[in-house]
Amino acid sequence: MNNWYMLTLVGADRTGITAAVTQALFDADMNLGEASMLRLGGSFTMMLMVSGAAGADAVVSAVEPVAHQLGLKVHVDAIDGQLHEHLEPNVHVTVSGADRAGIVAGVTGALADAGLHITDLSSDVAGEASQPVYIMQIEGQADTGIDALRAAVTARVGDAMDVHIRLIETLLG
Amino acid sequence: MAVLDILTLPDERLKQVSAPVTAFDDALRAFIADLEETRQAGPSAVGIAAPQVGHFQRIVIMDCSLTRKPVPNHGRLVLVNPEITEWDGHDVGREGCLSIPDYTGNVVRAARIKLSAQDPRGDSLSFEMTGFEARCAQHEMDHLDGLLFIDRVVSRRTDLFRRKVYK
Ligand SMILES: [Zn+2]
Repeated sequence: MNNWYMLTLVGADRTGITAAVTQALFDADMNLGEASMLRLGGSFTMMLMVSGAAGADAVVSAVEPVAHQLGLKVHVDAIDGQLHEHLEPNVHVTVSGADRAGIVAGVTGALADAGLHITDLSSDVAGEASQPVYIMQIEGQADTGIDALRAAVTARVGDAMDVHIRLIETLLG
Repeated sequence: MAVLDILTLPDERLKQVSAPVTAFDDALRAFIADLEETRQAGPSAVGIAAPQVGHFQRIVIMDCSLTRKPVPNHGRLVLVNPEITEWDGHDVGREGCLSIPDYTGNVVRAARIKLSAQDPRGDSLSFEMTGFEARCAQHEMDHLDGLLFIDRVVSRRTDLFRRKVYK
């Protein structure tokens, strides 16, 4: 089994960050596992599973020159996880409405209490700056059925937000 | 009867285009029986296409009658030389593939299709399919043209609010 590290880099977005960081890891004989990279606000955020390093310090050393050059903050942790530990989501939730404080905490709190294990969440603020619209998409796994989830969310946030919950029926073929 | 080996990525043969069936004989029906046994032997696949077992003929088996939440379906279907004749609308749904273990992704497919095919004796069939069953037919028929769903996966961020179809 590999020893995996979770490498996190954050900095002002610019072209070429992904290429520069992954090249530095390759040059240091390290391998990538699962990764998530996306632009949040004006920042580019990267989370990468990295293996093949002799300790977390070695991962830091490998990316430090390029991180310095590109102005990225670096953080590395040893993790217990491995590849092939996917948790297949069976529920999809979309929440949208006028932006207001506490939406994420309210909705995710209600979903957690009703038994949803969130595997993926992305949220965004769309619309005009003067009239922001909050949009959140959640995928997760629940044994409880969507009626229970829907009731829990409605009880918590009422009509303040549009909430759509549907089953994900994954087609295997 | 036999359970056949399933080709998995990165096997290049998955990109091969399959040929139409011309002989509706006992050999065809024996192969179809093996293909069905293979579909049922694995992890609850709703469909399987002949090229997934290295048999490059235009044959698909599908059965959407056992989903968790029942969906409109025509039961178990053996489709030989299937062709989609009409497409309408589109939906995003999650797919996985026997040929790509341990990976799922969201794919845009036509929501309603009309399909013609032949049965294992060569007689004509035609169906109107919607939703999950239509998705299954499109996934399996992609295999006949050497296409895999990973080439059609869309980001969840683009799925629901922009709804563009990427070929
Ligand atoms: Zn497939």
